[in-house]
Amino acid sequence: MNYFEKDLASLHDDLVAKKISVTELVNATYDNIETTDSDVNAFLTLNKQVALKKAAELDEKGIDSDNPLSGIPLAIKDNIVTKGLTTTAASRMLENFVPVYDATVIEHLNSQGAINIGKTNMDEFAMGGSTENSAFKTTKNAWDYNRVPGGSSGGSAAAVASGEVIAALGSDTGGSIRQPSSFNGIVGMKPTYGRISRWGLIAFASSLDEIGPMTRNVKDNAILLSAIAGHDDHDLTTSTKKVPDFAAELNAQTSVKGMKIGLPKEYLGEGVDQDVKDAILAAADKYRELGATVDEVSLPHNKYGVAAYYIIASSEASSNLQRFDGIRYGHRSKNIHNLDDVYINSRTEGFGDEVKRRIMLGTFSLSAGFYDAYFKKAAQVRTLIINDFQAVLKDHDFIMGPVAPTPAFKIGEEISNPMTMYMNDILTIPVNLAGLPGMSIPAGFSNGMPVGMQLIGRPFDESTLYKAGYAFEQATDFHKQTPKQGGKN
Amino acid sequence: MNFKTTIGLEVHVELKTNSKIFSPSPVEFGDEPNANTNVIDWGYPGVLPTTNKGVVKSGIMAALALHAQVEPHPHFDRKNYFYPDNPKAYQISQSDKPLAHDGWIEIEVDGEKKRVGIEEMHIEEDAGKNTHERDFSYVDLNRQGTPLIEIVSKPEISSPDEAYAYLEALRQRIQFTGISDVKMEEGSMRVDVNISIRPEGQKEYGTKTELKNLNSFNYVRKGLAFEEQRQQRVLMSGGQIQQETRRFDETTGQTILMRVKEGSDDYRYFPEPDLPALNISEDWINEIGSEMPEMPGSRRARYVSKLGLTDYDAMVLTQTKEMADFFDQTVALGADPKSAANYLQGDVNAFLNEKHADLQDTDLTPANLAGMINLITDGTISTKMAKKVFKAITQGKEPKAYVEEKGLIQLSDPAQLQPIIDSVLADNQQSVEDFNNGKDRAVGYLVGQIMKQTHGKANPKVVNQLLMASLKK
Repeated sequence: MNYFEKDLASLHDDLVAKKISVTELVNATYDNIETTDSDVNAFLTLNKQVALKKAAELDEKGIDSDNPLSGIPLAIKDNIVTKGLTTTAASRMLENFVPVYDATVIEHLNSQGAINIGKTNMDEFAMGGSTENSAFKTTKNAWDYNRVPGGSSGGSAAAVASGEVIAALGSDTGGSIRQPSSFNGIVGMKPTYGRISRWGLIAFASSLDEIGPMTRNVKDNAILLSAIAGHDDHDLTTSTKKVPDFAAELNAQTSVKGMKIGLPKEYLGEGVDQDVKDAILAAADKYRELGATVDEVSLPHNKYGVAAYYIIASSEASSNLQRFDGIRYGHRSKNIHNLDDVYINSRTEGFGDEVKRRIMLGTFSLSAGFYDAYFKKAAQVRTLIINDFQAVLKDHDFIMGPVAPTPAFKIGEEISNPMTMYMNDILTIPVNLAGLPGMSIPAGFSNGMPVGMQLIGRPFDESTLYKAGYAFEQATDFHKQTPKQGGKN
Repeated sequence: MNFKTTIGLEVHVELKTNSKIFSPSPVEFGDEPNANTNVIDWGYPGVLPTTNKGVVKSGIMAALALHAQVEPHPHFDRKNYFYPDNPKAYQISQSDKPLAHDGWIEIEVDGEKKRVGIEEMHIEEDAGKNTHERDFSYVDLNRQGTPLIEIVSKPEISSPDEAYAYLEALRQRIQFTGISDVKMEEGSMRVDVNISIRPEGQKEYGTKTELKNLNSFNYVRKGLAFEEQRQQRVLMSGGQIQQETRRFDETTGQTILMRVKEGSDDYRYFPEPDLPALNISEDWINEIGSEMPEMPGSRRARYVSKLGLTDYDAMVLTQTKEMADFFDQTVALGADPKSAANYLQGDVNAFLNEKHADLQDTDLTPANLAGMINLITDGTISTKMAKKVFKAITQGKEPKAYVEEKGLIQLSDPAQLQPIIDSVLADNQQSVEDFNNGKDRAVGYLVGQIMKQTHGKANPKVVNQLLMASLKK
């Protein structure tokens, strides 16, 4: 199956018209993975037996013609729990962990007939921006196997970008959907905080984590978001707001005419590659050409976002990851003589360096005597960042800017320097801190590597981002570019 | 040198709810280990807590019973520590904005009334239980997530007797709300105690010690009294109090050093990001307030002023809500209040002690107790017969039907009694002579003979009247 020539709608039509059976489609998807994944390393676990069984059932029962995901194979990031299917969060700690329940998003996808093809690689517990922090394998950028796919949802991004699957789920705490989407030239949406249930998402930083769709075009993304969003009694932080049929709003009439777009001057400042700046400025011109106005705006406190984020996210993580204690599930050290050994040795052996670094940072930030100077101060900075966005979005429909300061970097290039790695998230982190929707869409190339544009919207206004993204897609052909087989351009 | 004592009490009350505070698992005790648990209680990856609204309601009831201010937007915080019975390695509790604050309860010691302030009260989850056998330790998470209220006193308790009175008053008020069994022996009420002393006139509090293993109010009082004396001895001999935790020994009545504390534990509290702040409206508080059961103090006053009971009777009857409710219902069904009070404090209490049962767990009903008392009042049965009837009503029998079935109806009709009296007098001429010679003792013998003839059914009052009239003829 050549997914580069398909979108969800045409694939659905083929299934309804029985041009292809679900079983054929699932088999074809595994063929893709077999051909490509030995190079790309996007998957940690495949779900072949169950997927084929479900495919056979659907073929028997017939495709639900009203449901665009019926019979569609999808890839799932490995921090989303799947009943009966190993879920590791790319950590030794959960190497053999088989959950007894499904995440709410998985229940949604199952009930709509989507087929879970397998679990994708990621940075351990979603901590990282290159997928190099996986305990198990190094995923490659679909466009250049010497480069990182970004992270932490690098496996999902590479699987979609390399054409192994048509769409995947990722999760985004500080940019983990948008940055790998940008690095791989695909569309990635981090929806508004509270739009999608986190029940079954292995928590990294609870006040920031959000699941989201990763696809090759805007409309597919909109279809997938509508399918997984909505209030959940299991997650009291989910909103009861109605979920629109986002894709139904995207058609030939979709336009940005009359929209007001803010372009923050801080997003094109120091540290951002010239090629990236050029791509964003060109995109701004394209929007003007399409009838929108683009003003320079300012988000003065965004520059403190990275500092605030690494305190808040690490603090929450230090608490969230305490449950991995070797007592009830997960890795337990064999070198145990007393209770402290169970904790210390199991955790020392089970967690990787980056996870340990953040647990220490977070534990420190919450400690008596440091709480006010770190956690509390960071929470105050967070409020200032929220206020910045509110001020701009009051009279702008959305904000545009780059996703990351650079295109994908080389494998091994930044892993030894956490600070450089952390700065990659400078443009995505503020969006998580403010709980806003943010989307990455392809907007250019730099030396053959994709460059993404980030659109940031008002709370629960993913619709505007999809419309703006769709209009841009109609006027450009960046999203139509595909990596050459073998990843060597 | 004179010393002032300052005591702080932290009381944990376990709430009687159907399900746990943050998970739908049932709250049940005595089941197989881990039977009442689910993925949330296990601290499984990816799970989230949801707040049981019933727990918040119970918390508001407690707040109202303790005259506390309910916080409109309380939120939860995480208290972080590792222990096998604490599956998430954090307890969801409240620290920064607890459910309620600034309450008080009135206590009475040696006839003196005093208000003791309550600093704050919050809701939180209980931990599971670890058990240890020779080579293994086991974790039972059935109790994990059981809802608790923690009530923290202000440093206004100044003697072990006041501490005892505070606990009594607190237990009673909470018990009357019906949200908890508040039984220390069953662990539904647990008390942490700290105490410090300082020389009279000194402003700053002294260094406090904490006491553990206080499993009854009496032990609390004894342990505090010992500790108060011990601290005085240390200071008088020029020593210093160390910040330490001490264990109360039930057999010796002394406190023993467990561990010296250096600084305080660092639980790294921070706001629980998985739960939005609660929204408690004034309307909801008012609605809960209007459904609140009458508190013991106001019941006591009512029993004395409206029903004519003594202060002592009123106090005994308001020890538990069940007893007070039972009394109210018995009186509402027409029973004489004084008789009802006497029966509840006498025969009923003796029966409960014998059975080791609580009132609500027996077959005794207010309707049957009232029925029996009414039969006594209208003369249908004698108090002596009532002993039999009481036994029957403790087995759930209806008193009137029982009395009729057993033929226990008292013989009060003079027309029926007079012939029996006449025949007894005819048969006992010696006694009649004795009476006429001034020997009053003879009356008792004759009454006994009449009761014997009537198989004990004769109304003693009527027999007495008729007999005296016959003898004086």
